Amino acid sequence: MLKGAKTGVPLWLLGFGAVRLRTDMNRLLSLLFHQGVLDEQFLQLQQLQDQSSPNFVSEVITIYFHESEKQLRNLRHLLLDREMWDYVKLGIHLNQLMGSSSSIGAKRVRNICAAFRGAVEQNNRSACMRALEVLEHEYCYLKNKLHELFQIEQQRVLGDAVRYPGVVHQQ
Amino acid sequence: MGVIVEPVPHPLHVLAVDDSNLDRKLIERLLKTFSYHVTAVDSGSKALEFLGLQDVDKFSSFSPNPEVEVNLIITDYCMPGMTGYELLRKIKESTSLKDIPVVIMSSDNIPTRINRCLEEGAKEYFLKPVRLSDVDKLKPYLSNNKRASTDEEEFVLNDKSRAR
Repeated sequence: MLKGAKTGVPLWLLGFGAVRLRTDMNRLLSLLFHQGVLDEQFLQLQQLQDQSSPNFVSEVITIYFHESEKQLRNLRHLLLDREMWDYVKLGIHLNQLMGSSSSIGAKRVRNICAAFRGAVEQNNRSACMRALEVLEHEYCYLKNKLHELFQIEQQRVLGDAVRYPGVVHQQ
Repeated sequence: MGVIVEPVPHPLHVLAVDDSNLDRKLIERLLKTFSYHVTAVDSGSKALEFLGLQDVDKFSSFSPNPEVEVNLIITDYCMPGMTGYELLRKIKESTSLKDIPVVIMSSDNIPTRINRCLEEGAKEYFLKPVRLSDVDKLKPYLSNNKRASTDEEEFVLNDKSRAR
């Protein structure tokens, strides 16, 4: 029986695994679209990934995680300040988070930012606190799901590399 | 008889301006998909510096950077410091830079803002997130026509001198 170059796993089994992984990824993506967590802008990001830019999606998402967590910390810090109500700064950070969420297709996070912004404009502190909690929760969910997506993707690429060593693989 | 050498066209150069790290990476990738050469900066003042326009108090002095040829400027509207609109105005006010096409990007769909930008001379106003289909619309502003006719002229002149 033919064996995979490094793992010793029979080739036919590796092939089967790749199909299942792709199905898993598509299923997860479908779910996220259905839930309104992601929109078609995410597909645009995938379209921009090719051999000249093979890690484009993960690079962009990594920037998104970094920027978003910074903005979330800023928002929490501003809201917890009992003495000041810096609605200008709140607005700035919200707009930035909204913009970057929209740029990667994070539809639900973006929409919560819009609602949050409404609460800021009404000077409704308690509504703002609630919005922040929902925002942090949604962001966590998004981050976990995107990590899951990348893990499946990595497994698939690794599987491809083992089956076809030496071939340049498109993610 | 001499060898006829085709002039080598240099890739079209786009200057992208956006204070967001993420959006800068995105617009750069979008533009590179169309094989444009891209310079991305994070502010209007850095853009002007790159173009050779120094803003000294209220007097703008222009010292063209011979290394730099920009064929189109695409800028975000909302930026701290100088907005995209202010950058557009400064470019249109400069005799040396006013012919460079400028495109505005914004997350806000505000008709009065859009009109103001177009009236000030912006060629397009793209709503974010900017897509491949938007960048496709930049083609007419980045056509090689002008450059091609200049080269043709030179070639014809050389030919005439040789014929004598």
